[in-house]
Amino acid sequence: MLSEEEKKEIQEEINHYPYPSAACIDALKIVQHYKGWVSDESVKDIAQFLNMSNEDVDGVATFYSRIYRKPVGRNVILLCDGITCMIMGYESIYEFISKKLGIRFGETTPDNRYTLLPISCLGDCDHAPAIMINNDSFNRVSIEIVEELLENYK
Amino acid sequence: MERPLTQHISHETTPLNLKDYQKVGGYAGTRKVLKEMTPMEVTNLVKTSNLLGRGGAGFPTGVKWSLVSMDTEKSYPKYLVCNADEMEPGTFKDRYLLEGNPHQLIEGMIIAAYAIQAQTAYIFLRWAYKKAETELRKAITEAYDAGLLGKNILGTGYNLELKVHSSAGRYICGEETALLNSLEGKRAIPRTKPPFPAISGLFGKPTVVNNVETLAWLSHIVMNGSDWFKGLSLTATGGTKLYGVSGKVKNPGLWELPLGTTFRELIEDHAGGMLDGYGFRGLLPGGASTDFLIEEHLDIQMDFSTVAAAGSRMGTGTLIILDDKTCPVAFLHNIERFFALESCGFCTPCREGLPWVEKVLATIESGNGRMEHLDILKFQTRYLAPGNTFCAHAPGAAEPLQSGLKYFYDDFVSHINLKRCPWKS
Amino acid sequence: MSLEIMIKIKIDGTYYEVEPNKNLLDTCLTLGLDIPHFCFHAALGSVGACRLCAVKKFKDETDKKGRIVMSCMEPVVDNLIISIDDIDAKAFRAAVIEGLMTNHPHDCPVCDEGGECHLQDMTVMTGHNYRRFDFKKRTYQNQNLGPFIQHEMNRCIQCYRCVRFYRDYAGGKDLNAFASRNNIYFGRVEDGTLENEFSGNLVEVCPTGVFTDKTLMKHYTRKWDLSNAPSVCVHCSVGCNTIASERYDSLRRIMSRYNGEVNGYFLCDRGRFGYEFVNDEKRIREPQIRSNKNEKKENVDDEHLFSVLSNSFSTNRKVIGIGSPRASLESNYALQVLVGKDNFNKGISTKEQQLTNTILEFLKQSGIKTPSLKQIEKADAILILGEDLVNTAPMMALAVREATRNLGKEMAEKRGIPSWNADPVIKITQDSKSPVFIATPFKDSLDELAKDTFRSSFTNIAELGFAVASVLDSEAPSVKLKNIEHQALAEKIASTLRKAKNPLIISGVHSGDENVIKAACNIATALKSIENKGLLSIVLPECNSMGLAFLPGNPLDILFGGKDKIDTLVILENDLFRRASEESILQLFDRCDQIIVLDQLPNKTTLRADIVIPAATFAESEGTLVNNEGRAQRYYKTIVNKDQVKESWRWLTEFILIKKGTQTVQWKKFDDIVNSLLVDFPDLEALKNYFSDADFRMVNEKIPRQPIRYSGRTSINAKNAVSEIGIEPDIDSPLAFTMEGSKENAPASLVPFYWSPGWNSVQAVNKYLDEPNGKMKGGDSGIRLIEPKENTPVTYFQKNNQSKELQPGEWLIVPVYQIFGSDELSSSASTLAQRIPAPFVYLNLKDAIDLKVNNTDQIQLEIANTKLELVVIIENSIGQGMAGVSVNLPGMLYLDLPGTGKFHK
Ligand SMILES: Cc1cc2nc3c(=O)[nH]c(=O)nc-3n(C[C@H](O)[C@H](O)[C@H](O)COP(=O)(O)O)c2cc1C
Ligand code: SF4
Ligand code: FES
Repeated sequence: MLSEEEKKEIQEEINHYPYPSAACIDALKIVQHYKGWVSDESVKDIAQFLNMSNEDVDGVATFYSRIYRKPVGRNVILLCDGITCMIMGYESIYEFISKKLGIRFGETTPDNRYTLLPISCLGDCDHAPAIMINNDSFNRVSIEIVEELLENYK
Repeated sequence: MERPLTQHISHETTPLNLKDYQKVGGYAGTRKVLKEMTPMEVTNLVKTSNLLGRGGAGFPTGVKWSLVSMDTEKSYPKYLVCNADEMEPGTFKDRYLLEGNPHQLIEGMIIAAYAIQAQTAYIFLRWAYKKAETELRKAITEAYDAGLLGKNILGTGYNLELKVHSSAGRYICGEETALLNSLEGKRAIPRTKPPFPAISGLFGKPTVVNNVETLAWLSHIVMNGSDWFKGLSLTATGGTKLYGVSGKVKNPGLWELPLGTTFRELIEDHAGGMLDGYGFRGLLPGGASTDFLIEEHLDIQMDFSTVAAAGSRMGTGTLIILDDKTCPVAFLHNIERFFALESCGFCTPCREGLPWVEKVLATIESGNGRMEHLDILKFQTRYLAPGNTFCAHAPGAAEPLQSGLKYFYDDFVSHINLKRCPWKS
Repeated sequence: MSLEIMIKIKIDGTYYEVEPNKNLLDTCLTLGLDIPHFCFHAALGSVGACRLCAVKKFKDETDKKGRIVMSCMEPVVDNLIISIDDIDAKAFRAAVIEGLMTNHPHDCPVCDEGGECHLQDMTVMTGHNYRRFDFKKRTYQNQNLGPFIQHEMNRCIQCYRCVRFYRDYAGGKDLNAFASRNNIYFGRVEDGTLENEFSGNLVEVCPTGVFTDKTLMKHYTRKWDLSNAPSVCVHCSVGCNTIASERYDSLRRIMSRYNGEVNGYFLCDRGRFGYEFVNDEKRIREPQIRSNKNEKKENVDDEHLFSVLSNSFSTNRKVIGIGSPRASLESNYALQVLVGKDNFNKGISTKEQQLTNTILEFLKQSGIKTPSLKQIEKADAILILGEDLVNTAPMMALAVREATRNLGKEMAEKRGIPSWNADPVIKITQDSKSPVFIATPFKDSLDELAKDTFRSSFTNIAELGFAVASVLDSEAPSVKLKNIEHQALAEKIASTLRKAKNPLIISGVHSGDENVIKAACNIATALKSIENKGLLSIVLPECNSMGLAFLPGNPLDILFGGKDKIDTLVILENDLFRRASEESILQLFDRCDQIIVLDQLPNKTTLRADIVIPAATFAESEGTLVNNEGRAQRYYKTIVNKDQVKESWRWLTEFILIKKGTQTVQWKKFDDIVNSLLVDFPDLEALKNYFSDADFRMVNEKIPRQPIRYSGRTSINAKNAVSEIGIEPDIDSPLAFTMEGSKENAPASLVPFYWSPGWNSVQAVNKYLDEPNGKMKGGDSGIRLIEPKENTPVTYFQKNNQSKELQPGEWLIVPVYQIFGSDELSSSASTLAQRIPAPFVYLNLKDAIDLKVNNTDQIQLEIANTKLELVVIIENSIGQGMAGVSVNLPGMLYLDLPGTGKFHK
């Protein structure tokens, strides 16, 4: 079920386009904002709301990398594995996070606190390596900084 | 030296609000255009300025606009779209403009929209640019409140709605036709050209897509004229360019410099040269999808035509430096993995070819490569040539690979011979 | 097209004169040149996804380097210079296949597509032989897509044809491309039946074995082991052309047989999957007789049968024959000869007969043309009056869909985008569709395309139609609608039709309301009289309804209620219980001393027969059917009859011999009866020289039903004998039951399968066409029996005021036809039967609340002394006070609809 807020926000997006299905991506993002990810049920809810078929919506949802069709943890860690961050040593940070949390890219900690995902080039190359946790960006990170950062995300 | 685009931006301070932006002359261009110029005059001005698109392809902006039909009867509605997707690895220039001076972009968009007589404009913003999104939305609200956007702008009768669309990820969204599909709420598959967006773009209507940096120029060109603009560059092209350097240099960063600044000046004077203990081996001049250049090219002036003459592309003008402590094979593997993952999957060579390239590179890097694998790589760079694929994504991916094979061939061979990566102990 | 100036292009050094406006690939295929391709499909246009159709293009004569272009995306312009054989282009095409093969499972031996796989053909054609990819392949999970379609995603080559057909062409919603990069998936959100009525075409559209025919899996046979015959679909009045394929006496599958005027490349799912009734174990295979009404019937041999029959037809007995709109012209005719014109009954209700005759007379006299499906596709404004096309004439619905795209194509052309450039046309079109107006009592699958829909009773639909005609032409009966909105709609429809270049009215007999038909005819007449344009297409109930209309005869009802005894009643392929109330039929049967039924499957009528005769199905016989367009088409047998099954006309010929003696008819073979038929019915004269008779030869040779064999058929018996058992020569047609015979392409109506060197898949069909999506070489099959007359006087139908007031507690009941279920024969196909809903009623939500019922509840309907249990389906598109009741679903009693009825909880 879409919540009232979700419906209101989606409706608001629809108003910016000539037809409802154009707001599909916005709708997916709104639902993900509230629910953390886009479940099969949400796909159907959105489809109904935008007068699309489930297949229409899921075709879109599965295309975009920042739409999560599987549950994610409370905090999503996006570690840049782009080329500059590689040169600047993201791999050691990855190994560190991975060891500390016991998860590889694409995995979620058993306590559901973190999901670790790669992301390519966060546009912070002059301050590489870069990392994003939820909506917060950090750059010039080191193992020490990351260790501290992680603590802030419960 | 003039830095029109970045004069009011610094990493440390927050962007100008509307009042302050207007104090330094902001929206004067908008006033001038809307009150004193016809759309045709604006387009002609931009044409004579020879402003080349800063999104990577360097297409003349005025010419692009003039492809849009001005026959009011037939062509409504029309759209202007700002390409702020910036996902090219190694590129961070638009972000600087978006976060640092959103009003400059909004003003440019009003001017561009007026020139093609679009009444709706969208900013297609990269998902990850959260700060930019906040600043943009703030600035847009200010502009609406001040009557610079919306109905009857500045009492001129011209209307323009501006909306920020924050994307959902995928590099291919930066390709302008894929971007249009994405804005329509669809899978971001590129469209075939022709028809160009100016004929059939967003929602099937005439549309212009311009890069952030391109649009940011417009208020300045309107206020200062085309001769001023042309005079800014060291080459004939006109204007300054946001150049960036990342990698193992002393002072990685972004600078607004006259078009035509040499690689050497950029790397040595502005980026401070290589970090101590690191040697220079090569560079990608404009993001991951451009060909390697090496030592011998450092004195080339960075402009669209000159870089092309050296066998590469200016692209986004943000350099990625390959140093001598980084394995070129690993470097390329990282890039090709990116391109393979970001393929939209529509056409065969890209969808099937890039993962193959990625797997081969991984194999060579891991020490399991064979000489036949090099043949496959060479073959793939030919197979992924422009025209062979549906859009420029895969040919872009082939560029660093083909030049990497040319300049660092011995490194590939030594991986195979040693059965390990020489950079790894 | 032919009026266009031809242009000159140079391909590999040879100059060709070609039509402009096409893409290069289409042009080359038209010229007979082979360019490998996947994603291009002539009916779907070009998208440039697979990159296989690469050729080299040169700027001018001095350009020796050239550049690679995709021929499917390349407009053909004057002086174009290209090379298909160019070494770079060839290498590139092979590389495309190599790329596709990196993930393809190479499972050809166990793949149903093997041997007729476009991917296999293209692999061989491009010369990609050896595998260099030495990594793991990507694998997918498959989905259960329902009873018709088998899914094997690992074979996918991502050409996007499936979704382009299913979504863009057929309007399906529940299939899509998911994910991206080399992880694209084609399927549904979750397991489940593909809902679109044209899903079966995926089998032919997919160039590899991703979507295959699940019914074929039950008795799988490789293409090269099938014996095939050109056939015609018997499941509705549209008459799509099919290829019926046999092995070991069973019908293995139905595929589309190209007919540029009718079904083009496609078929509906009823037509494709309805065939299984032919193999049903309940098939009547031997004559059955009971010597007395209380006994059970027993199988008998011919000798016994004929000894009994000699009494049945003795001269003093009154013999009545009941024909059938699902039997061939020839069988109906043979029955008529047996019983005499006066005693021949058509076996359809008075109402149906009147409606059909009205239509036939109108088409003969009015000067108005009834279009082929191809012409329907060209219409630029359509009014559908009272027909739920997707359920009564599915392929016509598909043609209407195509027609709605005309406006978009026109818009695109204006901006310089050729109509073959599929995606830009869709993009520029957005929601602009050629106008379609739909007036039906409840929702329609085409509604989403409609400019306006009008939901009301058939009486009001007819009224609307009369109003439209009246707006168009003041000479038409003057009707003005009381409701202002409705009148405004009538005016809008009228002005839209009037403005269109190619307006079309579609109606049909399924409304059961003569005023609806008359209204449709009047609109067509009005358009013709004021603008001299307009087409009229009328959907009929069954595959040979139109053919039967050409023969004189009484309606079924005339036999009811009488007192006279009938000595022998002969019923031809007709279950009367589907056409009249049980009461009246039983009363008729009580008056008969002996009932003889010729049919294929047991039904209520055969149950009550004293003698049941095993009749051949379409797959076991020759016959001529006339479709709703008035196009006569012939089907040929693919199965050699075994047991005592025989064509109905053959049985009836024997009856005639018994009755009238050996001097009367000399019908030994099919041509003999056809010749007699043509002598007796000059109206059918057009048939005379059209169909090739059995003596027809392709340079002295017959046309083989079997493809050249590469393995299989012979070797399976090799342990006994290498040579095959002798096969009966076919005396009825120019086709042979073997693979021996002419290797030339046969005339369109005799093409049993598609094959061309290098092209083993269905894509070989293009080799049989004058151009892709064009006509069959030498002309499409079928001959039109009705052509508009010139200079006809304008006459309008008057409305028949029959409106009845509803009594309190009474409901107006309208019929709801179902693509799966409402047709008799296909309902006996075991797989298709899984898609047949239980008898149901559509009720408006408000009415359902009043009746205190919910979705899926049972409710009892009482109508004209019959009571039946129905499942409630809440359907808000149906008006209050009206109920839509499914008709003719298995197990349902006959209902005379529209009518009135009462509900009981
Ligand atoms: C794969 C691919 C990715 C692209 N990404 C971007 C991008 O992120 N931002 C951008 O401005 N242009 C991008 N472009 C270029 C655009 O297609 C387009 O040329 C540009 O937005 C036009 O703007 P301009 O004329 O102002 O340069 C990309 C092109 C390709 C082929
Ligand atoms: S499933 Fe078949 S039709 Fe669809 S993309 Fe794959 S190969 Fe093409
Ligand atoms: S047929 Fe031309 S690209 Fe597929």
